[in-house]
Amino acid sequence: MPDPSDLSTPSPAAVCVYGDMVPFAREVIGDRAVNIAAVATAFPSGRASRAVKLADTRDAVANGADEIDMVIDRGAFLAGDYLGVFREIAETKEACGDARLKVIMETGELVTYDNVRRASWLSMLAGGDFIKTSTGKISPAATLPVTLVMLEAVRDWRDATGEQVGVKPAGGIRTSKDAIKFLVTVSEVAGEEWLTNEWFRFGASSLLNDLVLQRQKMTTGAYSGADYVADDAPSGY
Amino acid sequence: MSARVDVRKTYKLYIGGKFPRSESGRSYEVMAAPSGRRATPRFLANAAMGSRKDARDAVVAARKAQPGWAGATAYNRGQVLYRVAEVMEGRRAQLVQDVRDSEGLTPTRAEAVVSAAIDRWVWYAGWSDKYPQVLGGLNPVAGPYFDISAPEPTGVVAVLAPQSSSLLGLVSVVAPVVVSGNTCVVLASEERPLPAIDLAECLATSDVPGGVVNVVTGRTAEVAPWLASHRDVNAIDLTGAAGADGVVWGDLELAAADNLKRVLRPGGSGAEAVEPDFEATPDLSRLTAFLETKTVWHPKGR
Repeated sequence: MPDPSDLSTPSPAAVCVYGDMVPFAREVIGDRAVNIAAVATAFPSGRASRAVKLADTRDAVANGADEIDMVIDRGAFLAGDYLGVFREIAETKEACGDARLKVIMETGELVTYDNVRRASWLSMLAGGDFIKTSTGKISPAATLPVTLVMLEAVRDWRDATGEQVGVKPAGGIRTSKDAIKFLVTVSEVAGEEWLTNEWFRFGASSLLNDLVLQRQKMTTGAYSGADYVADDAPSGY
Repeated sequence: MSARVDVRKTYKLYIGGKFPRSESGRSYEVMAAPSGRRATPRFLANAAMGSRKDARDAVVAARKAQPGWAGATAYNRGQVLYRVAEVMEGRRAQLVQDVRDSEGLTPTRAEAVVSAAIDRWVWYAGWSDKYPQVLGGLNPVAGPYFDISAPEPTGVVAVLAPQSSSLLGLVSVVAPVVVSGNTCVVLASEERPLPAIDLAECLATSDVPGGVVNVVTGRTAEVAPWLASHRDVNAIDLTGAAGADGVVWGDLELAAADNLKRVLRPGGSGAEAVEPDFEATPDLSRLTAFLETKTVWHPKGR
């Protein structure tokens, strides 16, 4: 219920929490059609041994998470250990069971667009169901050019394999106006099949507030203010 | 040698410490006030015709700047505002010229008006660390408590600047709002906006943080309703409703009531709004109109 004053406001596709908070999130959400995503694999740094990361993932799934958000080991990726990164994603995917796996590449640390493309491809080869730009903990997070590169990657992946993979820019998208630019890019680059919350999502803590403000403006005819929405918006997810 | 080409100023908006054009891309012609024997109106400049979105952006900037400005010490705010008067003095020639053109005054009169405006700014700046002493204090209560009342700024204030008095009136409505830690969005005089942009340039080149004062030029009747109904504006000064084309101040007050804004009504009685005489000696009423009172009960032993 993003806006208690307007029950027609659609819900987000998922809420993203730490693994140990999944049961609590489940209790709050009840039977509403909102997935629970859990961050795993030593989010946000990705710094832990393989065993700990996999245990982290299994624990979140056992707690009832519908989706898992993993972070890749950027250090290993930048050092050129692609096989290591591939194996880690593949093993995490295995640990997920039925849960969908989102692979966070932390594009703000990948330095070049070539690397973004390479990391995207690697994530899809290893079985990721979603590729996601950022943890939201570092800046820059999701930029339009990076998202464009990722959208081209999923488009090419589908052409090559017939499998569709989702894309999620997260962090730094704060206004509805920005969001529209992303949606246009999705439609132009990947295609309309991606324009559902099954295949394209925003990390939306602050964007959601702005959307609610815009809806309130449309309902009341007056500009709204931050006092009328939840005041809990760090960047990210 | 060829004649030198004029380098003429583009009059823009002042939002968040920057000088953007209107997002609408619109502008309108500003004409000189008729004076002396001149019969045909004389073109002065093109001013930006601000839109409701410009006003909204200005509110966002004012909201962002408000906690920092209110959190500055009273002494610091006073010093910063005094600095504005210093900068105005340095730009006296430009202010005199624009006031003269805008209001159709003689050079001597325009000089006097600018002097009065600078003095008015200094007068309000001086109040920054004094009004809390005058308006707050210890309350006598029947119990074992220290009971203290202190004035606090209301928040973001929308100001409809006076339509006629383009500089002295403007200063007289803006300074009392910001001196206490409010930030504001000023809708400049519709027909006489140039001195407001001059003042914005003074603010931008003094130490006033961006967003504390934001100036939007344009049609009062078009923009004012959006400020009056804006949920993130805490108070509105309707002084400039007097003499504004197509503005019914009662409607603005009604819109403002929706989120319980403080409203400073325009001068005059009934529906007829009259612009006050800004040459008169000011009092604290404009300052107190945009203050809240916080009262603290502190237990003491007995």
